[in-house]
Amino acid sequence: MVATGKPQYKIIGTRPRRPDGVDKVTGRAQYGADIKLEGLLYGAVLRSPHAHALIKSIDTSKAEALDGVHAVITNADLVGSGQTVQPATAEALEPGKASPRWAAESILAGPKVLYHGHAVAAVAADDVHIAQDALELIDVEYEILPHVVDVQDAMLDGAPILHPQLRTGVRAAGVDTRSDIETNLASHMRLESGDIEKGFAAADLTIEREFTSSQFHQGYIEPQNATAFWSHDGRINIWTSTQGSFMARDATADVLGVPVAQVKVIPMEIGGGFGGKIPIYLEPMAAVLSKKSSRPVKMWMDREAVFQATGPTASSYSKVKIGVTNDGTITAAECLFAMGAGGYPGSPVGAGVMCALAPYKIDNQVIDGLDVVLNTPKTSAYRAPGAPATEYAVESVMDEIAEQLDMDPIDLRLVNVAEEGVKNSSGTPWPKIGAKDVLEAMKSHPHYLSEIQGEDVGRGIAIGFWFNGGMESSSSARVNKDGSIALILGSVDIGGSRASISMQLAETLGVTYEQIAPQVTDTDSVGYTAVTGGSRTTFAGGWVVYELGQMIKAEMISRASKIWDISGDEITYSDEGTVVGPDDAEGNKRAFSFNELASKLQATGGLIAVSASSSHTTQGAAYGGHIVDLKVDRDTGKTEILRYTAIQDVGTAIHPDYVEGQIQGGIAQGVGMALNEEYYYDSDGHLMNGSFLDYRVPVANDLPMLDVEMVEVPNPGHPFGVRGVGEVPIVPPQPTIRNAIYDAIGVRFYHTPMSPRRVLDELL
Amino acid sequence: MQAVNYARATDVDDAIRLLSEGGENARVLAGGTDLIVQARERKRKVDLLVDVKHVEEFMVLEFDSSTGLKVGAATPLYQVYGDNNVKINYPALVDASTVIGGKAIQGRASLGGNLGNSSPAGDSLAAMIVLGGVATIAGPNGRREVPVGEFCTGPGQNVLESGELIVYISFPPVGDGEGAAWERFIPRNEMDIAVASAGAWVKIEDGSVTDARIALGAVAATPLVASDAAEALIGRPLTDETISSAGDAASAIARPITDMRGSIKQRKHLAKILTERTIRTAVERIR
Ligand SMILES: Cc1cc2nc3c(=O)[nH]c(=O)nc-3n(C[C@H](O)[C@H](O)[C@H](O)COP(=O)(O)OP(=O)(O)OC[C@H]3O[C@@H](n4cnc5c(N)ncnc54)[C@H](O)[C@@H]3O)c2cc1C
Repeated sequence: MVATGKPQYKIIGTRPRRPDGVDKVTGRAQYGADIKLEGLLYGAVLRSPHAHALIKSIDTSKAEALDGVHAVITNADLVGSGQTVQPATAEALEPGKASPRWAAESILAGPKVLYHGHAVAAVAADDVHIAQDALELIDVEYEILPHVVDVQDAMLDGAPILHPQLRTGVRAAGVDTRSDIETNLASHMRLESGDIEKGFAAADLTIEREFTSSQFHQGYIEPQNATAFWSHDGRINIWTSTQGSFMARDATADVLGVPVAQVKVIPMEIGGGFGGKIPIYLEPMAAVLSKKSSRPVKMWMDREAVFQATGPTASSYSKVKIGVTNDGTITAAECLFAMGAGGYPGSPVGAGVMCALAPYKIDNQVIDGLDVVLNTPKTSAYRAPGAPATEYAVESVMDEIAEQLDMDPIDLRLVNVAEEGVKNSSGTPWPKIGAKDVLEAMKSHPHYLSEIQGEDVGRGIAIGFWFNGGMESSSSARVNKDGSIALILGSVDIGGSRASISMQLAETLGVTYEQIAPQVTDTDSVGYTAVTGGSRTTFAGGWVVYELGQMIKAEMISRASKIWDISGDEITYSDEGTVVGPDDAEGNKRAFSFNELASKLQATGGLIAVSASSSHTTQGAAYGGHIVDLKVDRDTGKTEILRYTAIQDVGTAIHPDYVEGQIQGGIAQGVGMALNEEYYYDSDGHLMNGSFLDYRVPVANDLPMLDVEMVEVPNPGHPFGVRGVGEVPIVPPQPTIRNAIYDAIGVRFYHTPMSPRRVLDELL
Repeated sequence: MQAVNYARATDVDDAIRLLSEGGENARVLAGGTDLIVQARERKRKVDLLVDVKHVEEFMVLEFDSSTGLKVGAATPLYQVYGDNNVKINYPALVDASTVIGGKAIQGRASLGGNLGNSSPAGDSLAAMIVLGGVATIAGPNGRREVPVGEFCTGPGQNVLESGELIVYISFPPVGDGEGAAWERFIPRNEMDIAVASAGAWVKIEDGSVTDARIALGAVAATPLVASDAAEALIGRPLTDETISSAGDAASAIARPITDMRGSIKQRKHLAKILTERTIRTAVERIR
């Protein structure tokens, strides 16, 4: 079944209680911090005080001699780093494909530290205080090197070079092809279609602007943690807080150089990730400390380490040029995006490039993307990686175009909006998408139609796009004798996926939500499942349980056929979960409820147990449009959000509470990026604000109620029309707020965050 | 954090003895909302915590309309701002103590701790200065009184000598024609640290300002007593112009730094804005 238009559902669209709710509100849920094992040791990590330095020597002997210390490790102890790896080549430096040696060096620094907070050594001791004392006894001799933390500076000739072996044949503007030159540019990508020269020649108005944005951290509440036990038989168990237990398993095995089957990852409940808990950090350290000490080892980061050494998103530099005719039709667009990857290659610039112009039909376009290494923590995914920065630049230029053409900003977007069949920047035609539906819903929304009043009050709008992910997911299900169903999931549950996936199985089988008992399991107990990220989990998890449901239905029919002794072809499985056959010879109805038939399973061949793994590429891209009213205090530069509305194509809202929650959460994070969040480095490249005091995420009373209006344009590539919802909402806030601030005080900003200090800088 | 010794002082002299014997790594423990955090993050070495919360004199909250207000150095903030006499007579103290941390912090945090921590951004400091707060300090050589405005000598540094501690802070009674206010600027709406703050106290008789005190926080290495700003008001009728000149005078003495919390330009500007705002609020509050 493929949904076209939204069918009537019984369970989908309702708001049942989440299965993990009681444990979480009563504090019983098991997080990484709750792990206690016999003989447990506690780990601590020594981190670099410098942004860029050569490690001349490390002497751990005094730390090892301290009473209560059981093991001290450095990069040399990570097995994978002992492998011979070819010097990095351009291929090896594709985003996300750093060499194995670099993967190990990013866990524990190799010959160089590349950012303030880079891990240098780790200790396991009887308690965490002894472990911390031991860190002070490790002598590291550094030779400090010049550093660079700004993405534009890192591209300049003569910039400090992070990786002398790095060659891409690309220079800042993407034209210099000398391949023999040292560079911080790890890769270059270009998307190109049509003829931009012709396009710009046809334009009546062309606007070109440059933008920058700071580094933003995901800001999850729970810090990274990992507990590992490396047993004498070589098996490694890891309890950790991760977005993808399989990914954590594979990455750990790679770094350690052990067979994947030797590693088992047991995912704990997770206190937020937003992309930041996709990479591994502590897992290999805890494992090697455990191997050295023959004891289980538990580690966790403090908040400062989380800020210093776990991936924030990339800082960015963007240049966007858009040409339009007087009626608003875009004739050409040319964009350059550079993103700071941190110490090792792999910024989200690629995804950012592909998203930048996705809301629009633009026949003539060129988009360049540059991945730049610099002396900041290695970036990791953060909710719609890359898209907030690139779409912020494009949506800001669109606002200036609308103003100059004296057009309503939504109308300008409607003139150019992408629709089914229009080719995206990669040249692929869009399937059914809801961009136009979103824009129309914005235009008729009471918020947009309302009057705004007051001094220094303004309104802004912008739209945003994200692909949403497909990828591999696995599940298994067992039907018990009373009809209850144990559902085993490979996906770590961050945003309520146990509920949203169970609901889809219940809908498939026509049973109740309550009779399904979902459980997230470890990597030995279910098939491979990709990360909980990319807004893919409800999509892919739904596909798998839909497939499981078909298997269960077929098996139920076959059991009924045994019992009734008739062919399965004569039996149907109704939407209510009833197995129905033709009337018997006496004219009696033949029907079993799901639960009735379940009670007969053991006598007819055993209880049902099914497993499925699948990987679908029919995920549905999605759009959202935001409207904000705000007020700027000219005396202090502070912006107050007065009213905020998000309209989003959510495909089908499986559990509307969670959909709204995702959208509100995305807005809150986007508002943080727009107004206050940023990494602040001193002139030595030290991160100065590694705390929630000075890295300012919005608190509850910084935001009004965030209104959400869901538009449902079901994804034809999913049995229940699911598109992802979690990432789209973080994309529009920055340009929405930027455009509103202009409306309020007449100042255009070209950097985010637009903190009070920066607003004052413009006003004073 | 490491293993730390804890001692519960039985009286003021016991506290002095414990501190004197404990040396420089013996610290007074009031609410612990600065101290425990700093020790846990290894930003301050502590060998001995001297808990003063079980000694009555550190926990007083007394008001008398003729002698004024006396607040124990360890009296928790929620008691301070929850007290009716404080609400009516010293609303500037309420302004500051209700924004320090959140409810949970205010259940423990104290004025003595805010002062003892001696951060230039300590929120109660400018409020206490303009209210004429005086710290009563006890030590091996007896007791002495130090105005709050003279207490801090640098970031985290103050006039306390070895073995000395603050017992209570007293404020003069409030007379007719007097009003005071305190305000800070933070980028968020709560749970934040001041980029700049200001307090103002004014006395108005027959339409003219006859006395005033202005103080600034987070714009120098210590809280600042802005005498020039007060001078700009005294003897003048309260017009927009005099308020603005007081703001300029406050801004002129600010010696801020640029750091992750704010820039020099922003802080100097905020010193003016907050001074003007608190003067206006102070005037509105005059009974
Ligand atoms: C989450 C959080 C939010 C916060 N928000 C704010 C804020 O908004 N504004 C603000 O100003 N502060 C804030 N603080 C800091 C802190 O809460 C205040 O400074 C508080 O007033 C400290 O009081 P305390 O009783 O807890 O002091 P303690 O931590 O007990 O002591 C602080 C320091 O003063 C010394 N000391 C304590 N009592 C005495 C005494 N009687 N004599 C001499 N020295 C003494 C201690 O030895 C220590 O060095 C916050 C802290 C936290 C954890």
